[in-house]
Amino acid sequence: MTTVAATAHAAHAQHDDRSFIQKYIFSTDHKIIGIQFLFLTLFFLAIGGLLAMQIRWQLAYPGTPMPGGRFLPETMAPGGVLLPEYYLQLVTMHGTFMIFFAIMLLLVGVYANFLIPLKIGAHDMAFPRINMASFWSAFVSGIIMLASMFVPEGAARAGWTMYVPLSARHDYSGAEFGQEMWSLSIIFFGLSSILGSLNYITTVINNRCAGMTWFRLPLSVWALFITAILGLLAVPVLAGAAIMLLFEQILGTHFFDPSAGGQPILWQHLFWFFGHPEVYILILPAMGIVSELIANGSRKPIFGYHSMVFAICGIAFLGWIVWGHHMFVSGMNPTLGSSFMVSTLLIAVPSAIKVFNWMGTMWRGNLRFHVPMLHAVAFVAMFTIGGLSGIFMAATPVDMFIHDTYFIVAHIHYVLFGGSLFAIFGGIVFWFPKMFGRMMNEGWGKVHFWLTFIFYNATFFPMHIIGMAGHMRRLYDPTIYDFLKPMQPMNVFISISAFLLYGTQIIFFLNFWWSLFKGKKAPQNPWSDNGLEWTTPSPAPHGNWETLPTVYRGPYEFSVPGASEDFIPQNKKLPTDRDPVMAPAASH
Amino acid sequence: MSQAMAGAMQPPFPAERGIEVYNKKLGMWIFLASEVMFFAALIGSYVILRFGAAGVWAKPGIVLSIQITAFNTFLLICSSVSMVKAYAAIQDGFQDKMKFWLLMTILGGATFVGIQVFEYIHLVEHGFTPAGVREGSHLAELVANGTLPAATMGLYGSTFFTMTGFHGFHVTCGVISMLYLYLFKALPGKYSPQDFSGIEVVGLYWHFVDLVWIILFTIVYLV
Repeated sequence: MTTVAATAHAAHAQHDDRSFIQKYIFSTDHKIIGIQFLFLTLFFLAIGGLLAMQIRWQLAYPGTPMPGGRFLPETMAPGGVLLPEYYLQLVTMHGTFMIFFAIMLLLVGVYANFLIPLKIGAHDMAFPRINMASFWSAFVSGIIMLASMFVPEGAARAGWTMYVPLSARHDYSGAEFGQEMWSLSIIFFGLSSILGSLNYITTVINNRCAGMTWFRLPLSVWALFITAILGLLAVPVLAGAAIMLLFEQILGTHFFDPSAGGQPILWQHLFWFFGHPEVYILILPAMGIVSELIANGSRKPIFGYHSMVFAICGIAFLGWIVWGHHMFVSGMNPTLGSSFMVSTLLIAVPSAIKVFNWMGTMWRGNLRFHVPMLHAVAFVAMFTIGGLSGIFMAATPVDMFIHDTYFIVAHIHYVLFGGSLFAIFGGIVFWFPKMFGRMMNEGWGKVHFWLTFIFYNATFFPMHIIGMAGHMRRLYDPTIYDFLKPMQPMNVFISISAFLLYGTQIIFFLNFWWSLFKGKKAPQNPWSDNGLEWTTPSPAPHGNWETLPTVYRGPYEFSVPGASEDFIPQNKKLPTDRDPVMAPAASH
Repeated sequence: MSQAMAGAMQPPFPAERGIEVYNKKLGMWIFLASEVMFFAALIGSYVILRFGAAGVWAKPGIVLSIQITAFNTFLLICSSVSMVKAYAAIQDGFQDKMKFWLLMTILGGATFVGIQVFEYIHLVEHGFTPAGVREGSHLAELVANGTLPAATMGLYGSTFFTMTGFHGFHVTCGVISMLYLYLFKALPGKYSPQDFSGIEVVGLYWHFVDLVWIILFTIVYLV
């Protein structure tokens, strides 16, 4: 491989000649790709939130004209009043945008791309061009999904889970192009996800720097690595299912068509076989980020590093054998249902290990409540509430009562907003200096955190109560049911909280853009952290390091007795440290 | 970033530490793992639909021609052999032999796709489509006289075209990649006994596609 190395070396030397397009648009630099993903996903996060605001307006004030609703076309909201079919598009697209294009891409697009090479001590990903292809197929996928809202008859409206036959038959759903574009977009999304995953896995296995052994890897890298394996094996199943759905829509195949011998429940099995590993794709990287933030904010080694790693692996493994708990009311054999119930309840064990370890890390630590730490602590608390409500729906008899109610809606928002999104916000504030070379404003960061935390709980906690009272999910007008009428004031309260929650994000938006240009210049290691990414300048240069660092210790050596500072970077060589022996580079 | 700094930078390849497999080959193995899951979704759905169907499945050999496809299967297996021959040739440094066997592999794969396209056209003319049996076609008569079961012909068409179609798409991708290797790597003489990663990596993919076909031929055409 010497010739390849020499050419790559020559190419590196000319990198300052890269044009603007090579540097910032069709870039193969993992950091630029991560930042591209960041802007793309924050855009989709804002869009997804805007759709949620319309849902909340309709639920609080059904039948009244929505402010700004008169700007929507007649086919969506004549006179500003939302149509039922538009409402169904709203719930479908809110779920789709948030799950696929906001949370999943934020975690595995932004953090995996930006962090993996920086944290394992590599110049770039194993396959920079495949990485670029992964971003651009995600971009195409997002554009198709966004465009589907503006085609005749509107966007897909069968719910983000696309249950057949509603999604497969145009005469049932009433949307032809919208449904087909959803399937097409998900196929491109699958391609992007597979390309990204194989890149991350190869990079973590083969491109770690000298001394970076498996059990010296930061927990964020462990989590992203295991997540990449989940994505690699789960997403092709979704792609296969989406292809079958697309053929059902455009070629008239009969996979899910009971009139020709097909099986509608097959779609549910395929979708949730992907869908449950997907749930862990959406939370494991967030857990990894939170582990970094909590160790840093507590100035203590992470409590039980090895058990944290094994808990990640355990959650990932169990994630494959629990998909049936989404289908307890779909007409499954009760024996099969019981085994899914048991495997689901088992997931509480590794999840609890993680929660207790985070608390053990904070216990008697020298706590620093900087903005990332606040978000991380909120993650632990909110994830615990979401996890506890998860136990309710894991139990078949309880789930039959609360299935498809707002209790489920509350649960998913506690783990995905209270969990993943708090970790994402914390991570953005934490790594912003390494991405852009400037600090985000601390004071406004705290204002944003506390207001988000308050309004978030005010929005989603009451959903547990209305869910227990029987408020259905995806319901267009709750006031038509007598038993839901007493709940209507609570719906209004939730909606007002939701509007305030969305408004609070403007603070984050302004802080982000203001800090991008006017923020305080960041030092190399603003958070006094041990990770390798803090041993390179802020922002990290192309190629990350002139010469790759050598690692002598694990990532969480905070407050070591006798050390001169309360942190020891992974690449700092103490007199007692021995140099790692370099393994020869693999060739044929 | 200063020019001096960029110049002193080490290249991202080769791997610093890791397992004794170079990145491209490891990446291909990982990609094949996801391909296994993709085909498992399609084949698993076929198995569930076929055995869960209300009626019996059409007997083999009535709609699909076993003879032609058996020849096609033989061709694809031969192309896997010729891929190995190309790989062995470049390991020993025989450039011309490598080019010859690589070209043979490309021809084998392209012929396979050609025969498959011919088969598809023939099937659609006879009334076999992804949506089932077309009204008023030759096959519709066989359904009417009871030679073919009416209840499962729709599923038969859906699963047949989806599975073999996606396999054909994979073969086409393989042929295109090998053509690229042939024209831009093998012909300019860029391979040597020290560096033949392209042949090895695409070879892995090619054997995988071949293996999938052996499974598909068995479960779609023979049983």
